[in-house]
Amino acid sequence: MKELVVKSLTDNLESVLGFVDSELEDCGCSPKTMIQIDIAVEELFVNIANYAYGSDTGPATIRVERSENPRAVTITFIDCGMPYDPLAKPDPDTTLSVEEREIGGLGIFMVKKSMDDMTYEYRDGKNILTIKKNL
Amino acid sequence: MNIKKTQNGNKLTVALEGRLDTVSSPELEADLKGSLDGITDLEFDISALEYISSAGLRVLLSTQKIMNKQGDMCITGANEAIMEIFDVTGFVDILNIK
Repeated sequence: MKELVVKSLTDNLESVLGFVDSELEDCGCSPKTMIQIDIAVEELFVNIANYAYGSDTGPATIRVERSENPRAVTITFIDCGMPYDPLAKPDPDTTLSVEEREIGGLGIFMVKKSMDDMTYEYRDGKNILTIKKNL
Repeated sequence: MNIKKTQNGNKLTVALEGRLDTVSSPELEADLKGSLDGITDLEFDISALEYISSAGLRVLLSTQKIMNKQGDMCITGANEAIMEIFDVTGFVDILNIK
């Protein structure tokens, strides 16, 4: 298990992705799966950066764990900001026309669709969001 | 991300290379803002784009809304991972993807 703690700033996205990618490269992840995981990490980290601490910043922890049988990677995002369960939001209506379409909620929806598992809990004052992708 | 624009009369081709993400999407949006006047045919060549996040989708959607008023827009060269994103988000139905 490896862990990275950064300030909740969009400017840190690159270092977060670099950290996750180096873990994924070590486990022989396919390029397509790596892109899917990178997109999920971006959406979730940027959500923390933009919303978790309001206009303030705070710590964001990213934890990467690998498991065997079945081979999978689990990534956990932890922040101490206001309680927010992204899974509680209804999925966006993807059948609307261009003029009616809104982008809100699309990021989380993309993560839900591309990952094999996604869980949220609020514990000890922390938002703990976990995604799992089978490799 | 690299943005390469080629204009031929009223047709503009925008070739994107790299990642269209939270960081680069505002750059593309700003770049397009001054480039679409009088354009009736806009093509995004994304054959060298590896990645698109919801921030990138937002720019494509707002550009499509602009082009709906003045002409046509299409997207060419999407890789498998990006095609899947267009699929699950329903963008295949609202964008002209060739």
